[in-house]
Amino acid sequence: MIRRALGAAAALALLAAGTGWVLTAPEPLPEEVLAGPPGDAARGARVFAAAGCAACHVAPEADIGDAPVLSGGRAFASPFGTFYAPNISPSTQGVGDWSDAEIVNAVMRGVSPSGAHYYPALPYAAYARAEPQDMRDLVAHLRELPPSEAENRPHDLPFPFSIRRGVGLWKLMNLREEWVVDGDLPEPAERGRYIAEALAHCGECHTPRGPLGGLDQARWLSGAPNPSGEGRIPNITPAGLDWSEEDIAYYLETGFTPDFDTAGGEMALVVEEMARLSSEDRAAVAAYLKSVPPVE
Amino acid sequence: MSRPIRLALAAAGLTALAGLASAQAFEPQKAHELRESHMKLMGAHLGVLGAMAKGETDYDAATAGAAAGALAGLADAVGAAGDVYWVEGSSSEQIADSRALPAIWEKMGEFEEHQASLVEATSVMQDAAGTDLAALQGAMGGLGGACGDCHKAFRKPEE
Repeated sequence: MIRRALGAAAALALLAAGTGWVLTAPEPLPEEVLAGPPGDAARGARVFAAAGCAACHVAPEADIGDAPVLSGGRAFASPFGTFYAPNISPSTQGVGDWSDAEIVNAVMRGVSPSGAHYYPALPYAAYARAEPQDMRDLVAHLRELPPSEAENRPHDLPFPFSIRRGVGLWKLMNLREEWVVDGDLPEPAERGRYIAEALAHCGECHTPRGPLGGLDQARWLSGAPNPSGEGRIPNITPAGLDWSEEDIAYYLETGFTPDFDTAGGEMALVVEEMARLSSEDRAAVAAYLKSVPPVE
Repeated sequence: MSRPIRLALAAAGLTALAGLASAQAFEPQKAHELRESHMKLMGAHLGVLGAMAKGETDYDAATAGAAAGALAGLADAVGAAGDVYWVEGSSSEQIADSRALPAIWEKMGEFEEHQASLVEATSVMQDAAGTDLAALQGAMGGLGGACGDCHKAFRKPEE
């Protein structure tokens, strides 16, 4: 009797572990999503700027400029340890030998070419909402940037966060393809939602996180502690930011606030990227921010 | 005058000058307050240029030119006042409300390069502001970049 109960418990545990193993498995994009016309590098340059790739993937202290060298190496402190941005330049150390589909899978699903999870320091939870064609365009642009043979530095994470398989659980809890600000938005706010939620990943810094590092979508864009430990990332919902749409768009273009102070910290890098978008796209982001539910 | 006496007089003069310079440096609290006033003045003139760039007020070449001139003068003055503004003991870790990161003193060479970029960007604006509105609008991005680059590296984020 006892043996049978033990046996059943063991079987259940095995089943649970097996289910967990299956549930936490990396899930690449389906073939039909990856198939499509080849990327357009000129279009991709704007997607690349909107997605803010260079701000994280250039070398520490390096300028972004017109042809950033995506050699990686910048450190990102978090409550789970320190992440180091990898080399994503078109080289053997970077992603030069990867197929387009492998790069798109990395960006939109957080899955490496060998099938391992990437940590969500790469904001694939945002990029998962992107148009696959935009991602193919982005890849075409990426391949035209200067190569770097800089070696990748391993992340510095304590146990249990050092186990990549655990990221599968995080993905189960946090990957959503739906918009955070859902429903129909009037143009240009809808275009702005696409830029802000799928590409520019504003929420990664401006939204507070739960204990496991998932974004608290009920408090979307309402401000959060600065992961670097200095100050706070501001609330940019209408409850926290009363600038006009014109003022927001102008800030994203030049870095000047309405009283002509300027963006500092990481936001100065974001402005550098947003300045490369069209004025229509910046106005769209401003319109979107006015559509976000106000959170005190 | 004999050479030794000339040398002695020169040395005495240098010592006196050095004494004068240290006597003239501001107290850290005072340096912090004056730096902030200086930045706010720059903001005032930027505000005139920016209102025209954004179309909130009509473009006027004379007004824009004067604001750009004042801004360029203020940018020069930041550099010239370096020794009295960036005194030891006035960083964000030493003065309440100061946002001047200790990195300024650790990387003074880099900090001064940013000041030179600011002078350059204000001089570009000085040429552009009196020309026409499109030129003024075009120069705003460069100014924002010069301000932002330095703030990114050397200014403490807001609490």
